[in-house]
Amino acid sequence: MLYQIFITFFKIGCFTIGGGYAMVPVIQREIVENKKWISQDEFLDAIALTNSLPGPLATNTATYVGYRMAGISGAITGVVATALPSFLIILAIAAFFTTIKDSTVVQNIFRGIRPAVVSLITYAVIKLAKSIGLKTKNILISLGTLLGMIFLNIHPIAAVIVSGILGFFFFREEAAEK
Amino acid sequence: MNILWKIFFTFLKIGAFSFGGGYAVISMIQKDIILDKGWIKPEEFIDIVAIAEMTPGPIAVNSSTYIGYKLAGLLGSALGTIGVVLVPTLLALIVSIYFNKFKHLDWVKWTLKGIRPAVLGIIAAACFTIGKVSFVDLRSIIIGALIFLGVYKLKISPILAIIISGCLGLILYGLPV
Repeated sequence: MLYQIFITFFKIGCFTIGGGYAMVPVIQREIVENKKWISQDEFLDAIALTNSLPGPLATNTATYVGYRMAGISGAITGVVATALPSFLIILAIAAFFTTIKDSTVVQNIFRGIRPAVVSLITYAVIKLAKSIGLKTKNILISLGTLLGMIFLNIHPIAAVIVSGILGFFFFREEAAEK
Repeated sequence: MNILWKIFFTFLKIGAFSFGGGYAVISMIQKDIILDKGWIKPEEFIDIVAIAEMTPGPIAVNSSTYIGYKLAGLLGSALGTIGVVLVPTLLALIVSIYFNKFKHLDWVKWTLKGIRPAVLGIIAAACFTIGKVSFVDLRSIIIGALIFLGVYKLKISPILAIIISGCLGLILYGLPV
């Protein structure tokens, strides 16, 4: 079983380019449709729950599925197998990239790529804003975090903690009003 | 403190608060690793993010592997990567064990509803700080605008966007003769 878990999540780790939600269909096909390890409903519940935790979606999902299949050793096997492909690839790139990154060609390529990274992240911000919904409380927390980080140099971890506390009081009140 | 411990604890902290996935991690790394510690240059970090977009695996794992390797070789990259996934994995394990209890906890739901918009702000801040380093002249602004139209209107994939922008960089900044 542990070997099965390892092979499956190693494969998932190899093909999840782009990160985040791009990984969901890949994991789903492998775990729910091919292996039939857990049901579709359980998979969606597990994604919703583990995705609300910190950390990469792929390793969190591997923890859940690995645990369900073979307990704690299954969970550890799943996480290691998921992270291993990207670890090995980046290791190879890191060793190689540091030797070529100062060449003019590579420099010029990356001068073009850097603004594209900003565009990709801007697009992610727009998509995320749409999925969260532009309600007053959300906008207040988002803007407060953004301005606080840019102008007051607030640490992102402080922003997470403060907004979690604010969320607790805001949304408890909202739930009480209903 | 030994550099290996520093790598481990820095990424442990970043991993423990990395709600909302990869792009939120960018802001944490900007603050802790680039501004406070000066372990790598801002430009180099953006290049890592670009590489992470084109290779498999989470941005958090990719960046911790790269930065750890750069600072302390193989051992550094292993400790960075273990550090960044350790707390999330332990939390996911606890949630998996008590899955049915966690599904209906109200206070967790409320707290997370507050954290989600903050993650949006954190990612927007990453955009801002990376933008300052990336938009250096008119050519870079043109590339950024073209790629934005590409991903927003034409829904091109991140990999294609990076390949196109790399080609544009070569064309606009000149091939070495």
